[in-house]
Amino acid sequence: MIHQVPMLVIGGGPAGMVAALQALEAGVDVVLIDDGIEIGGQLIKQTHKFFGSEMEYAGTRGFQIGNLLTDKLFSFDNFKYFGRTTATGFYEDGVVTALKDNKEYLKFKPEVILIATGASEKPLAIPNCDLPGVYGAGAVQTLMNLYGVMPGKKALMIGAGNIGLIIAYQLLQAGTEVSAVVEAMPCIGGYLVHASKIRRAGIPIMTSHTITEIEGDACVERAQIVRVDENWQPVPGTEKWIDTDLICVAVGLTPLIDLLWMAGCEMKYVAKLGGEVPVRNKQMQATIPNIFVAGDAAGIEEASSAILEGAIAGLGMANFLGAEIADYDEKHNKYWNELNSFRSGPIGQRISEGLKFVLS
Amino acid sequence: MLKQTGIPTKEDIEKILPSKQRREKGAYVVIECFEEIPCDPCTAACQYGAILQMENVNDLPEADYEKCNGCGICIGLCPGVAIFVVDETYSEEKALIKLPYEFTPLPNKGDVVPGLDRAGEEVCKAEVIRVQKHPSKTNIIWITVQKELAHEVRFIRIPEI
Ligand SMILES: Cc1cc2nc3c(=O)[nH]c(=O)nc-3n(C[C@H](O)[C@H](O)[C@H](O)COP(=O)(O)OP(=O)(O)OC[C@H]3O[C@@H](n4cnc5c(N)ncnc54)[C@H](O)[C@@H]3O)c2cc1C
Ligand code: SF4
Ligand code: SF4
Repeated sequence: MIHQVPMLVIGGGPAGMVAALQALEAGVDVVLIDDGIEIGGQLIKQTHKFFGSEMEYAGTRGFQIGNLLTDKLFSFDNFKYFGRTTATGFYEDGVVTALKDNKEYLKFKPEVILIATGASEKPLAIPNCDLPGVYGAGAVQTLMNLYGVMPGKKALMIGAGNIGLIIAYQLLQAGTEVSAVVEAMPCIGGYLVHASKIRRAGIPIMTSHTITEIEGDACVERAQIVRVDENWQPVPGTEKWIDTDLICVAVGLTPLIDLLWMAGCEMKYVAKLGGEVPVRNKQMQATIPNIFVAGDAAGIEEASSAILEGAIAGLGMANFLGAEIADYDEKHNKYWNELNSFRSGPIGQRISEGLKFVLS
Repeated sequence: MLKQTGIPTKEDIEKILPSKQRREKGAYVVIECFEEIPCDPCTAACQYGAILQMENVNDLPEADYEKCNGCGICIGLCPGVAIFVVDETYSEEKALIKLPYEFTPLPNKGDVVPGLDRAGEEVCKAEVIRVQKHPSKTNIIWITVQKELAHEVRFIRIPEI
């Protein structure tokens, strides 16, 4: 059986959920599929209060934002959700295939599709990085905050971006010792307030340092770190071994765009947005007219911007389907104004520069 | 320095403190948020209007110390865990510091615990005089320290039992 649906959302993070809400409010029937155990994407494991502006739920803890959005979605009768369902393919006749519960294949034929699949973590390639005990930081967060599993006793965090800093703090909250946060760049990449709060709790942040080797028999036992010079070269004599049973890798995210490739959307490599990203217009419409994008899949940013992009895309998709939206222009402009204001600071500048290459 | 280590410098701190006269009048807020980030919940957190509205969500937060009474409500609402309250008039020798604390176990009133500076180094013993549970789960711990450490101590360590 092929499910004929007006609108299919792939990915139930903040971007996908908000896009679905916008369309539902405009009277469109929406099907959302997500491969997680729970709907919510990154939000469900975020125990810290979110940044951003009051309007995008700043000051509220991530998982609570997820709960708020979920409750709203399920209050609509014309909303249908498939959990533990992974979109696996995109066919020329416009059919999307998905695998539910790892056993049942579903087929959807949507009139319009949102790809809001988020991002994947970049790996770290150094000797012995395949030993048990080397984790992506996101995986560590899932183990701790979703499953209540302590991933190790003494951690070493690689990467001082927001994710590395936040998860170092959450490890400490869970009772894991954190030896250090190691960062190859000369400056901390994440927000300085996050850096300060882990530093005053006693975790050193070692900028201009990198990890060169991991050792251990059956699992991680120690790691070697070294200072790097301005050309990223290790400074001889500064090597140091640190005992650790948990190496957390937080060296960046890259947009999850396989489905966009499969569909044949035009893509460009933009380092400032985290990798290959889709070319889109101001409605968040990709170069194939019935495909829209939003959130980290369209460029690595934040939940606040994923929410706004989701709103813009959802609105655009409802409009694409011919739904009556009296105040379309007003809403569209409002979300863009908020997004521009969000991106107007020094942090958002990188994003704005990156968008020049893909936003028409 | 802050950008390399996460530790604000003396100059960073001096820039945000109120005038000497204001400090002698009683409790005031200390907002240790030194970078333009897209964040603004603090501006809505203070009912007394002592944290100024931002024109742009990326602006640095700014306090109006004449309006601030040191109540500490904003402490629990800052996602950066960057807001403190200091009262240098607490007693002859001691200053009061209210700090955000997101760990368990919580200390108890009367406990004497290591007081840590912004680098996480122990600089004194601090007395816990109140544990204020906040609905946001960012609890607020009131400690007293020697006056000269009012702007040094920013965290406490609860020794393992
Ligand atoms: C540790 C950490 C801290 C953060 N802190 C903040 C913060 O304080 N403030 C802030 O604004 N942002 C923060 N962020 C960023 C924020 O979480 C992300 O930017 C945001 O979640 C992106 O939303 P999204 O909807 O694009 O993607 P996601 O939230 O990643 O959701 C994508 C969803 O799609 C699903 N999916 C992927 N592929 C498929 C497929 N093929 N089929 C079906 N489903 C699929 C995924 O399982 C996931 O559920 C943080 C991120 C991390 C990791
Ligand atoms: S301490 Fe109280 S009065 Fe002062 S800024 Fe915070 S909330 Fe406002
Ligand atoms: S809420 Fe906290 S982190 Fe955000 S701007 Fe205000 S002081 Fe800075």
